[in-house]
Amino acid sequence: MLKQAMKKIGFGLLLLLTAPLALAEFRWNFPEPVTPMALDTLHVHNKFMLIVAVIFVVVLTIMIYSLIKHRKSIGHQAVADKAPSTATEIFWTLIPFVILLVIDFVIMGIPAYHSVIMMEDTRNESDMVVKVTGSQWRWQYEYMGNTDKGSQDGLIDAKGIKFVSNLSTPQDQVNGTVPPADTPNSPYLLDVDNRLVLPVGAKVRILMTSTDVLHNWWVPQFGSSRVAVPGFIRETWVQVDKAGTYRGQCKELCGKGHGYMPVVVDALPKEEYAAWVALKKNEINEQAAGADKEWTKDELMEQGKVVYEKNCAVCHQVSGAGLPPAFPALTGSKITTSPIFDTNGKYLPDSHMDRVLNGVRVMPAWKAILNDTEIAAVITYERNALGNSVGDVVQPAQVKAARQ
Amino acid sequence: MSTTTVAHHDEHTDHPTGIMRWLTTTNHKDIGTMYLTFSLIMFLVGGSMILGIRAELFQPGLQLMNPDFFNQLIGVHALIMIFAALMPAATGFANWMIPLQIGAPDMALPRLNNWGFWLLPPSAILLTLPFTLALFGIGDGALATGWTFYPPLSIQGGIGVDFAIFAVHLLGISSVLGSINIIVTLFNMRAPGMTLMKMPMFAWGWLITAFLLIATIPVLAGAVTMLLTDRHFGTHFFDAAGGGDPIMFQHLFWFFGHPEVYILLLPVWGFIPQILQTFSRKPMYGYKAQVYSLIAIGAMSIIVWAHHFFTAGMPVPALLYFMYSTMAISLPLAVLFFCWIKTMWRGSMSFETPMLFTVGWIILFGIGGLTGLVLADVAADAQYHNSYFVVAHFHYTLFAGGIMGIMAGVYYWLPKMTGHMYNEKLGQLHFWLTAISFNLTFIPQFFLGLAGMPRRIPDYALQFAEFNMISSISAFVLGLSQLIFVYNIISTARGGKKATDQVWEGAEGLEWTLSSPPPYHSFSEQPTVK
Repeated sequence: MLKQAMKKIGFGLLLLLTAPLALAEFRWNFPEPVTPMALDTLHVHNKFMLIVAVIFVVVLTIMIYSLIKHRKSIGHQAVADKAPSTATEIFWTLIPFVILLVIDFVIMGIPAYHSVIMMEDTRNESDMVVKVTGSQWRWQYEYMGNTDKGSQDGLIDAKGIKFVSNLSTPQDQVNGTVPPADTPNSPYLLDVDNRLVLPVGAKVRILMTSTDVLHNWWVPQFGSSRVAVPGFIRETWVQVDKAGTYRGQCKELCGKGHGYMPVVVDALPKEEYAAWVALKKNEINEQAAGADKEWTKDELMEQGKVVYEKNCAVCHQVSGAGLPPAFPALTGSKITTSPIFDTNGKYLPDSHMDRVLNGVRVMPAWKAILNDTEIAAVITYERNALGNSVGDVVQPAQVKAARQ
Repeated sequence: MSTTTVAHHDEHTDHPTGIMRWLTTTNHKDIGTMYLTFSLIMFLVGGSMILGIRAELFQPGLQLMNPDFFNQLIGVHALIMIFAALMPAATGFANWMIPLQIGAPDMALPRLNNWGFWLLPPSAILLTLPFTLALFGIGDGALATGWTFYPPLSIQGGIGVDFAIFAVHLLGISSVLGSINIIVTLFNMRAPGMTLMKMPMFAWGWLITAFLLIATIPVLAGAVTMLLTDRHFGTHFFDAAGGGDPIMFQHLFWFFGHPEVYILLLPVWGFIPQILQTFSRKPMYGYKAQVYSLIAIGAMSIIVWAHHFFTAGMPVPALLYFMYSTMAISLPLAVLFFCWIKTMWRGSMSFETPMLFTVGWIILFGIGGLTGLVLADVAADAQYHNSYFVVAHFHYTLFAGGIMGIMAGVYYWLPKMTGHMYNEKLGQLHFWLTAISFNLTFIPQFFLGLAGMPRRIPDYALQFAEFNMISSISAFVLGLSQLIFVYNIISTARGGKKATDQVWEGAEGLEWTLSSPPPYHSFSEQPTVK
């Protein structure tokens, strides 16, 4: 009888040894790891899964053996247990306890310790710092610059680059009016307008915070995930070792747009990264120049429509009808139709400018997220489209002044 | 006691009839029945909510509901299943069975018992009322924060959050009252000769549960009250701008929330060995080892809470402490599993529905426990956390480990409660449908989580489509199978083959010495235990 049981256990173990082959298919496991942390996580996961699978199969085999052999219907008589009395017997009954003790604190515990230390070491050997800010429902990225090590290694300094990253899946697909579809390089719900760009091979320290509620910046192939807490800085790190585009999502319930704030990261080789940084810095200079010039109403309306549909339409809807009571309509509302500035050219409290810059309750403060031109354009658009026709125009220079 | 006293007692069985019987009853069996009925109704309510969710997730794209309503359904589903389905079911069994098992005439504090139950329906109404109010344009629906109330999202939320806070207060008071009653009953009303170490395992499971409830519910009540004052009275407990910390709420919430898992499971771990010994026809193995393991698990459950939010960021020593202490819970749990299987080993087993559910329970709860062990690892948890892997994991512990355990208990004790045998064929059909569709619902979710699908999203990328479709179809089979359960219970209550006093061939214990159904005042003459 015992022999038979041993055979079964042996068979179970054989099955398990072949299991890792099946696990190699990433569809059934974590996606392909591209950072040291993700690789480590995958190893930890595979190893632990194997251990628990062995435990499960061994215990199940013993149990099934008993279920088959010790049934009343085949005439098996119950054999009363006697309590372990001698020291040896007590030792044997402690076996499950001891096995788990070894598995928990030696086989699993020791590698787990090293993983934790590695995961939490965000500073040593880091090359650059990026600040990630979560907002309902978009990510904002700000390059904080190189560390000394990064500069020594000849990494181009991206300090000052700052942009917002919004879902780029068309709103009619998101709302369900059109069936969802992937386009090449832009999978449904997993693509953004501005991707975070990181250099391959550099250790990037990521500082994380939020402007409203909790968010969680997560790219499965990076193996790191950390909650963004408003009012606090949390940190993690990534070092992408393979060029490519990596996608993830917010992982902490953050309101109705929780499913619609993806994370997309482009990892570029160092030279391409340098070219991207140069391009971005050029754009910033152009924008700064743009803020000082006088814009025509048509230019503002054109850009305002883009900014509106990207940032505002999630709540206030493309038509401006809103989703009352949580998200008020902009069409014909008091704020979008009443004057913005007093006679001295200062903006009034609770005016359109005040609301967009500083937010209120659920409405975010956009001054940290949008630049002067964008704010001027979107205010102009909201007052002269969406069924409104106030007729006035807000210039970027006025927004710049209002910020002071 | 003389026979005249017994006759005197019978006069007391006069009680009001109709609705007044149930409103005013102080009888432990009546109250137990109400708890169990309430639990069954709320199980169906919470279940239909999640079927709405699974229908929405059947394929990518938004078809049925807006994201806000989706968020409301997931949160209320969880609160209902935990507080209004699982906990009342365990309390219902406690009311019914503890006096029978320890040889007492009733619970120690019968009026408190009545009050404990009648707090439940109002709180269920509070939880679900915002849905109805929203239809009339009042407020914007129920709480949309998930059942965990995390601020600042819950501070942003509408009146649904306030309704849920008050519902949780009422549910908490009800649980604490029930716990006090159970502790007092167990300490004072055991039959002569029944020492603590001779107490039935179910009573032990509940004794520890009751202490856990009294220790942790006030913390939850405090946390949600702080939330309430943050929302309406200008305090800043969880607002960094005023010197507070949103993560502090998570500490307070999970200080309650983790023991809550064991609050849901310990009563089940109590009666599972009793079912095993009945259908294995031999006494349970390792009674003392099991009791000590239950106590150890109860004590440890209070000191491991932060593993629910490893990714929220905490110092390395804290991460290591919570990781290792969480893993340590597997030690006493391994002892329990060993004892359960050893009870079956070389027994003379038969597989009536309660035993089927129990065996299925051991296997599926095993999967929940083992995946929990993996989740304790901080590094891997960064991936699992808030993904569908976690959703699958806790449904293996709470649906398989909780609800399927409760179902085993229902089939086990239903003949004793009603005096009729249930329909065995339907019971077995219910088991197989439940077990198979449960696995087909949640195994795909393990893979969804590994592939990177976050939980609580109303719509998902196309790569997750196949697994979600399998999961949704199975969820509907799982949901519809429960109608068999409901039908079986109702038809058993109304009639059927008479059950004997012992009901099961191998059943032992005081509850099986009484008639089926037991007399109105269970033990009018106190039995003695050797």
